[in-house]
Amino acid sequence: MFTINPFAELSAFIPPIIMQTYIVVMLLMVAGGTLFDIIHKKSALYFFRNWRNSNGKATRQVGSGEMTSLAIQTAVVEVLASGEFCNVRRRIAHLLTFYGFLAYIITTVIMVFSYPTPAMPTPAILPMLWNVGGLMALVGGYWFWFFIRVDVAAEGNSPFRLVRADLFVVSLLVSVTVGLVWAYVQVTGNTTWANVFVSLYILSTTVFFGSVPWSKFSHMFYKPAAAFQKRVEQASGSSNLPDPADSPEIYGSSRQQPRNF
Amino acid sequence: MPTFVYMTRCDGCGHCVDICPSDIMHIDTTSRRAYNIEPNFCWECYACVKACPQNAIDVRGYADFAPLGHSVRVLREEEKGTISWKLKFRDGRQKDFVSPIRTTPWGSIKSPSDYEAPAADALNTQELAHEPDALNIDALPALSPDQLKQDLP
Repeated sequence: MFTINPFAELSAFIPPIIMQTYIVVMLLMVAGGTLFDIIHKKSALYFFRNWRNSNGKATRQVGSGEMTSLAIQTAVVEVLASGEFCNVRRRIAHLLTFYGFLAYIITTVIMVFSYPTPAMPTPAILPMLWNVGGLMALVGGYWFWFFIRVDVAAEGNSPFRLVRADLFVVSLLVSVTVGLVWAYVQVTGNTTWANVFVSLYILSTTVFFGSVPWSKFSHMFYKPAAAFQKRVEQASGSSNLPDPADSPEIYGSSRQQPRNF
Repeated sequence: MPTFVYMTRCDGCGHCVDICPSDIMHIDTTSRRAYNIEPNFCWECYACVKACPQNAIDVRGYADFAPLGHSVRVLREEEKGTISWKLKFRDGRQKDFVSPIRTTPWGSIKSPSDYEAPAADALNTQELAHEPDALNIDALPALSPDQLKQDLP
């Protein structure tokens, strides 16, 4: 099962050109949804107004070389290593979901566009990465959903309570779960159930990519921008935050015996 | 000066929800970020401001005496044992304060369940459980019987 390209098997029922068109439409929905979100919520307006305000308060000029270095640091620490998370469990769950989903989605695109039919043998590594990526995303996602999510962990709500903030993670988990189940059922040869699951797979995937304006899908664009701005603010001295305490030996870290009496 | 949250900084970790004594820091159902649901019920204890690991919580002055342009930010440095405040007034003045949080290393305080349960005869003493050891002193200050006034009328 782990070495079979599920999309090549599916090409007997759905022509490859339809699958390829579907992927392009989903990509356009993400781009369009994000642009709509930016205009509707005025996120870009707010971001650049903040940027101008903080530039006005800057105590030193950040050069283009330093700006590039800050951008690279943001990409490596905040994006690739999920460095913004203060909770270690959340960070690991996010890394699992992030890299798992990336592997899953990239292999999906490669298999649908380059190996769409059984006539073109798929290298075993692609379906393997598709399965492993999907499982990684599910482990991280369900861990987050049932144990780490702040609604459950801090507010004590039931893990089964659904609110709009859950749209992104729920549609992601349902889409990947149903996708993996469909691939398994298809291998077993049960055509009826395979058709049921592939229908659910298409439905949940369409909700996932089509709900960008209402979900937090576009956080993949907003969060790096906010993290970059935070780094630039710190470097230019325009941050409102206090400077780090520079005399710890005076201000507290020299250990003293308590003077309770 | 009730608190508010910078949405772009908050990562929805829930520290403020856990620590708020007034139970008014909650998670937004649309964006899963923290927000102050009832600023006029804020005790202004600043527990959430100090607890936030992302420095995402700020305090807002009441408009009648602190209108616009001011800010109160805090930086908690656990490894140094310090907490720093930067107050910016709307006329441009700025005040910086640094205070010690505590005198022992961060994380070194044991929870009550980490101590051994006292023996039953400890009930007969005047001292509370783990006194005086837990106070890092040899003995509690107390008057001996001969120091007490005798034969009071």
